[in-house]
Amino acid sequence: MYHSFEAVIVGAGGAGLRAALELGQVGSVAVLSKLYPTRSHTGTAQGGIGAALGNMEEDLWEWHMFDTVKGGDYLVDQDVAEVLAREAVETVYELEHWGLPFDRTPDGKIAQRPFGGHTHHFGQGPVRRSCYAADRTGHMILQTLYQQCVRRQVQFFEEYHVLDLLIQDGVACGVTAYQIRTGEIHTFRAKTVLFATGGMGRMFKISSNAHALTGDGPAIALRRGVPLEDMEFFQFHPTGIYKMGILITEAVRGEGGVLLNNEGERFMERYSPTLKDLAPRDIVSRSIYLEVRQGRGIGGKDYVHLDASHLGRKVVETKLPDIADFCRTYLGVDPAKEPMPVQPTAHYAMGGIPTDIHGRVVLDEVNTPLPGFYAAGECACASVHGANRLGTNSLVDLVVFGRRAGRDMARFIRENDFVPLPAEPECQACDEVEALLHGAGSEAVADLRQELQQTMMDHVGVFRIEAQIQEALTKIRELQERRRQLRLQDKGKLFNTELLEALELGYLLDLAEVTAESALARQESRGAHSREDYPERDDANWLKHTLAYRTGQGVTLLYKPVTITRFQPKPRTY
Amino acid sequence: MQAMLRIQRFNPETDAKPHWEKYQVEVEPTDRLLDALSLVKGYQDGSLSFRHSCAHGICGSDAMTVNGVNRLACKVLMKDLGARVTVEPLRAFPIVKDLVVDQEPFFDKYRSVKPFFVNYDPDPPVERYQSPEERARFDDTTKCILCGACTSSCPSFWGNRNYLGPAAIVQAHRFIFDSRDQAADERLEILNDQDGVWRCRTIFNCVGACPRSINVTRAIGEIKRLLSLNWKV
Repeated sequence: MYHSFEAVIVGAGGAGLRAALELGQVGSVAVLSKLYPTRSHTGTAQGGIGAALGNMEEDLWEWHMFDTVKGGDYLVDQDVAEVLAREAVETVYELEHWGLPFDRTPDGKIAQRPFGGHTHHFGQGPVRRSCYAADRTGHMILQTLYQQCVRRQVQFFEEYHVLDLLIQDGVACGVTAYQIRTGEIHTFRAKTVLFATGGMGRMFKISSNAHALTGDGPAIALRRGVPLEDMEFFQFHPTGIYKMGILITEAVRGEGGVLLNNEGERFMERYSPTLKDLAPRDIVSRSIYLEVRQGRGIGGKDYVHLDASHLGRKVVETKLPDIADFCRTYLGVDPAKEPMPVQPTAHYAMGGIPTDIHGRVVLDEVNTPLPGFYAAGECACASVHGANRLGTNSLVDLVVFGRRAGRDMARFIRENDFVPLPAEPECQACDEVEALLHGAGSEAVADLRQELQQTMMDHVGVFRIEAQIQEALTKIRELQERRRQLRLQDKGKLFNTELLEALELGYLLDLAEVTAESALARQESRGAHSREDYPERDDANWLKHTLAYRTGQGVTLLYKPVTITRFQPKPRTY
Repeated sequence: MQAMLRIQRFNPETDAKPHWEKYQVEVEPTDRLLDALSLVKGYQDGSLSFRHSCAHGICGSDAMTVNGVNRLACKVLMKDLGARVTVEPLRAFPIVKDLVVDQEPFFDKYRSVKPFFVNYDPDPPVERYQSPEERARFDDTTKCILCGACTSSCPSFWGNRNYLGPAAIVQAHRFIFDSRDQAADERLEILNDQDGVWRCRTIFNCVGACPRSINVTRAIGEIKRLLSLNWKV
């Protein structure tokens, strides 16, 4: 089936919906999502959205910008960080004006709380900057944006799985997508395409990410010749529920919770004397690994305790109600009484599809655009998070750069006509689907996926070393070969989720390969990329962004400079 | 532990009517039902279809009927279900395939109650102020994840599919009791109908079904009271 829209948005999380709200007023828009929009992973964000409102105490956007740059270990493009910190303030007010039910101060303003790495006076001490709605801030952002889309009658194509990006003569001109309910392949012609497909955390075994987060957008872009930027930087959130990976928000520590080792010691005081438990996530995750390595995990195992029991039941039940519910449901632990067992969990891709400050996708080290193609949110790399994202900045990223992408797409739509589609636009997608459905091998998706996740967790996780990354690459290539030998049991057209899982596995394998190759090449430690064989940050050689291309010969790497405006790189201590 | 899953299967492409299949799985007692279903799909029968995403009770994808009760498969542990577990698609929704139901009618009702914030005044330069007490007034109904467990559990909905159903009313409640919103009258007009709040017979099934522990029946009751006492039709 064939459709034509001026703008096609792939993904209905925070970034996609925010862009849709911008575009709905100026042109015809379709939003495609493989889930119902309200199921998107933005909804699971817990602790808050950072903005220097100054409702609790003095705060300045410049401090937020500095924290973002330092938190990202100076790999952040500072022009982008400036946009993020400045526009965070107005986009948070905008969300409030659309009805977002933020918690309130006694005088009725939006309430704010401390979060990791957010400071006043350029690092002097923690500042209350995270605007929150209990511990379901992401849920309320997703709901609010979707509600406003309903109000504006934005057209959704729910449960459509994107298969391909269409490009003709160097201009993006649409997508093909698989309608999950019918098995039909649809062609969407468009003047502009936005990828807002979210994360790719499902390449790791222990992950806070939803099952749907398989990096579809970045993987499809990569296959179409677009590079992926800074893929070696993957954030492990320090506090996932032991063995399950379910996120326990940093807001627990923002509210006063502390991490304890098996001796009951508040060990973060040793690693981060100023910010302690509110140090940035990369630092806290490494500290937990080091504690475990030195035999100070709880019961000799690979987890530590997150203790909020001293906060009192009222704080736990009113400010962290979902966390309390998760702990009771999955652990049988009451966090108002007992500590929570936690371990680092794969959480957020700093890398992704390279864009400029307007969400326009750029193709090389001199930022040559791919006209008509945009990316925003976790699947994109602006680069505003650099080597390590600060807590609350993902939600800021969604609304600030979703809005910016939407606005620039509106301009593009006004100034440009449709370009012709390539001949037989759906053929690549059809071929891929047919090949999977008729595969006659003996491999199963679940086996390959499990092996990939274990490999990435063991060898391309919090700490990395050359030999282990090499081992991971060998394994990933073996798995890519074995994926050609898949045999699906479901050959039907209706809601064939086995087919979707096979497609997603292919995306994850390609992204894992690029992640490992980028990590192998970067011979330094910076932010979330921690090489035991190169433990120091090396600005002389590595203050630059990685661009990874997929070619017939595997992965090719190029590099581009970091934009530095206000803050010269300094040693990163907290 | 060993568990026997008895799952209702239906593929309209090949089956005339739904039938039952049994699957034996080895699980940890602390595994979620979703983990057990994934084991079946991954290693026994790849054609089993069910929705899932976040796997911790927030996205609302995997509501289904488990041992006769509506649950999220990711929010119920195997140790609490026993050795024999019966899994069916949500009642009173059309089946697409296996445990996947058609949610369009459900979302149509949701969209019909104006489930969005309305304030006709110009936006102020900062936030609109709201006291913590005003904010608390509608806190409970902001938790809704639109999973459909409540509506599918409601005998009044089973009896009459024109009923808006508890989930849509919960969404209306979230805005009607928000001190900043100005469209309460428009929503109350929609709800003041025999297929609106008055179809609710306070059976409380919705409260038991809600995985977010929302007091759904109370929310519906608050709207009924508003219509009875304060609001002129």
